[in-house]
Amino acid sequence: MSENPLLERAQRFLSALRHCQLLGISAHAADASGLTLRLPYSEAIVGNPETGVIHGGAITTLMDTTCGISTVCVLPQFEICPTLDLRIDYMHPAQPHKDVYGFAECYRVTPNIIFTRGYAYQDDPSEPIAHVVGTFMRMGKAVSAGTVKRDVDGARG
Amino acid sequence: MSTVNIEAMVRAAHESKNYDPLLDMIPYARLLGIRCLRLGDDAIFHLPANPDNIGNPTLPALHGGVIAGFMEQSALLHLLMFMGIPHMPKIIDFSIDYLRAGHFRDTYAQCQVWRQGRRVANVAITAWQTTRTEPIATARAHFKVDGA
Repeated sequence: MSENPLLERAQRFLSALRHCQLLGISAHAADASGLTLRLPYSEAIVGNPETGVIHGGAITTLMDTTCGISTVCVLPQFEICPTLDLRIDYMHPAQPHKDVYGFAECYRVTPNIIFTRGYAYQDDPSEPIAHVVGTFMRMGKAVSAGTVKRDVDGARG
Repeated sequence: MSTVNIEAMVRAAHESKNYDPLLDMIPYARLLGIRCLRLGDDAIFHLPANPDNIGNPTLPALHGGVIAGFMEQSALLHLLMFMGIPHMPKIIDFSIDYLRAGHFRDTYAQCQVWRQGRRVANVAITAWQTTRTEPIATARAHFKVDGA
């Protein structure tokens, strides 16, 4: 079967999200400690046409998605987890013409809520462009029945 | 990219009272399809329903990041339109509370500047779909506005 089932689940999750496909977001790395996604640089997501710096909204989308999908690292089965809130602190602007990576981990899982945190970076994870915290609500498996769950968990689900 | 002059675009938009050309200069605003409705001395920002903005395919619902990006761009434009800032403000932090699912339909946003200092502005943003009194999300952001 697969080398890395977590990464495959993350990639399948991602491929169900149309807007993420539009931005070209892909799964970069995944293990029990967290998930990394990649947002490729493109002219279409530039927020300041004078400088070519990408829009904060594209980074928010990357980090909301990374935090949301990082739940696959701690949940045995796919669950829909809508975002309750998300906060992003920008350390410095992203450099133009470079991809952005988003890392997120779930640092507390309760029966109802999942607390996540992470950061966005370009070349060096130790010099993040942004820090993120996000809180997600667990809707339980009942609500998750449907095509997305089947897509993410495969036939086993 | 260096041929674009935001300051001149902002000046032209003020004179014509038409901010759509300014929005069209911003690739990300164009990607989402953001429009601006001028209402006297106020403005409402409009995100028309666009299948490319869907996140959750089951409902279907807009991607939370799209709603956040729309609200951040609304705040940026609001600062350019009403606060006499000639250049693009820089985001410092952004915090969003999702209150209801953002369904696949038109979304609106309005901004309130709670405080503008020389260097930093604090903006609150409210987004709704069917009824303004039932927002789908509220957000607040700080922007650097001194152009440094």
